[in-house]
Amino acid sequence: MSKSANALTLMLAACLLGGTSGSSAAQQMAGREVAKPAVKLGLGRVATAEEIAAWDTDVRPDGCGLPVGKGTVKQGDDLFQEKCASCHGEFGQGVGRWPVLAGGAGTLKADRPDKTVGSFWPDLSTVFDYIKRAMPYGNAQSLTNDEVYALTAYILSMNDIVKDEKFELNEKNFTSIKMPNAAAFFEDDRETSEKHFWNKTPCMKDCRPAPKVTGRAMAIDVTPDGKSGPKVE
Amino acid sequence: MTDRTSTETLNRRRFLGAAGLAGAGAALSAIPALAGETAKSEALITDVQDWQRYLGDGVDKHPYGVPSKFERNVIRRDVPWLTASAESSVNFTPLHDLDGIITPSGLCFERHHGGVAEINPADHRLMINGLVDKPLVFTMDDIKRMPRVNKVYFLECAANSGMEWRGSQLNGCQFTHGMIHNVMYTGVPLKVLLDEAGLKPNAKWLMLEGADSAGMNRSLPIEKALNDVMIAFAMNGEALRPEQGYPLRAVIPGWEGNLWVKWLRRIEAGDQPWQTREETSKYTDLLADGNSRKHTFVMDAKSVVTNPSPQAPLKHKGRNVLSGLAWSGRGTVKRVDVSMDGGRNWQTARIDGPVLDKSVVRFYVDFDWNGQELMIQSRAIDSTGYVQPSKDDLRKVRGVNSIYHNNGIQTWLVRSGGETENVEIG
Repeated sequence: MSKSANALTLMLAACLLGGTSGSSAAQQMAGREVAKPAVKLGLGRVATAEEIAAWDTDVRPDGCGLPVGKGTVKQGDDLFQEKCASCHGEFGQGVGRWPVLAGGAGTLKADRPDKTVGSFWPDLSTVFDYIKRAMPYGNAQSLTNDEVYALTAYILSMNDIVKDEKFELNEKNFTSIKMPNAAAFFEDDRETSEKHFWNKTPCMKDCRPAPKVTGRAMAIDVTPDGKSGPKVE
Repeated sequence: MTDRTSTETLNRRRFLGAAGLAGAGAALSAIPALAGETAKSEALITDVQDWQRYLGDGVDKHPYGVPSKFERNVIRRDVPWLTASAESSVNFTPLHDLDGIITPSGLCFERHHGGVAEINPADHRLMINGLVDKPLVFTMDDIKRMPRVNKVYFLECAANSGMEWRGSQLNGCQFTHGMIHNVMYTGVPLKVLLDEAGLKPNAKWLMLEGADSAGMNRSLPIEKALNDVMIAFAMNGEALRPEQGYPLRAVIPGWEGNLWVKWLRRIEAGDQPWQTREETSKYTDLLADGNSRKHTFVMDAKSVVTNPSPQAPLKHKGRNVLSGLAWSGRGTVKRVDVSMDGGRNWQTARIDGPVLDKSVVRFYVDFDWNGQELMIQSRAIDSTGYVQPSKDDLRKVRGVNSIYHNNGIQTWLVRSGGETENVEIG
């Protein structure tokens, strides 16, 4: 396996160590209610370090999983024009219905919000994780770690989150970068904020005034017709 | 051979709402002659038909059966303008053509992020790593040697009805509500696999990852994983369909479909969520104040009348069957109410068939129709007491930009000719 895979293994080992440090065996037992050991079926085999490194490319907001590597805005720009711009546009403005990556700052309360990496995404790690696993579309997992760092740096630049085209993103400075919309996300609270939807006695008779039609899908006329489905042999 | 397909297709098209039917008076059948009255003989009965005289297909004709050619319009349909590419897109279950609670496997809606991965089960591997005592790799054979369970669950995409937030847009319940299916899964409780690897005490979240070209990944809280999550290899008694994750998928009962990772290749245990693309930039609910709700896993109670609906108008005066589906991610459906007058008055529908945890139920109202205009609605009430809200009540708390989790009450307007259309009322 490559050097980068080895580096990744080291990084992952560090994450796991960080997660478990300081917990004694007694605390571990207290931490989980299912104290009784599960019956093992003896199925499966041990995953090798090389296999784990090959598949475990995920990256978290705390930097866990970041491989060693680096790339500049300039390098990212060149790569982006070559591998990404045909769908995302030269400056991340999007071509056709392909995702827009840049702009949209301040539009989230607007009638038509523009949800881009810069205006909406809360974590930079998501950008790295996603490019690494799924981009370029149709040729996934073909980019080196340095290329992913460079592309991530360019996306930061197109959103004015970094201003200098000489800026280099790497595993050391990665977690220092904060995304503009990070603070705008909150955990699901529907069971309290929408508590009034739990209603023991929903109305059955004379519940509202006579309704009037205020909008019609047929007037918008964007429904595919009955002939538009794929041909079935 | 007599072939009635063309006539039937023509009739169907006449009723399809999108084809500019406003004002076109569809002919409603007259009330048939009662026994004892004079009736005209039908050649269908008095003449010997081809299928009565000649031999039909033998048992060697269809080693794997397919629906009748007269059902060829019963298909999944997509909305081409919705997405940039068919490989990262969605199609819709034809709810108006189905009955009962089980969705036929070939009609279950599809949602892919990088097309359908084609995987030989002999080449498929499932890895469990991260905060476990022993990282493991399983083959499909390993998984099929584990204790199995069979469960019926609905899978609803969080974006089902997502095009309707700002008002009625798509004219057909296939398009407004068709990102749902309900099948029986066979598989292994996830807990069995996690026990094999041995979770560390600080494992609070799992990340599920697909083997497709999108490497779909989502974070799942450990409490849910150990409760009722399954790793399934079969649906409706046979192997998963390729487009549903063959050979292995996650089943996350009651929670949004995006979590049900298909072509499941890896499960990593960690002490916090990963904040993947699909749980941050997508599948989060943007509210009117600009803030976004995340980890909105549970699908709220919801229902829809499938018949009549724009693709399945009323054709007869007199006796009719109103039919629909209801479901809740929080438990069972306790009751379904139906209104024929846009929510002024409600009656409780008859639920028929199994009422199962986190499965759809089928409901009916048998009614007489004299040709008056109807505004048909349904509302589901679940085992926690949650009552499906009106669209306006939902908009009051969510705004119109959240895309996901639109479970507002649908209104179908049935016109005097039987044509039915998707409307907003106020």
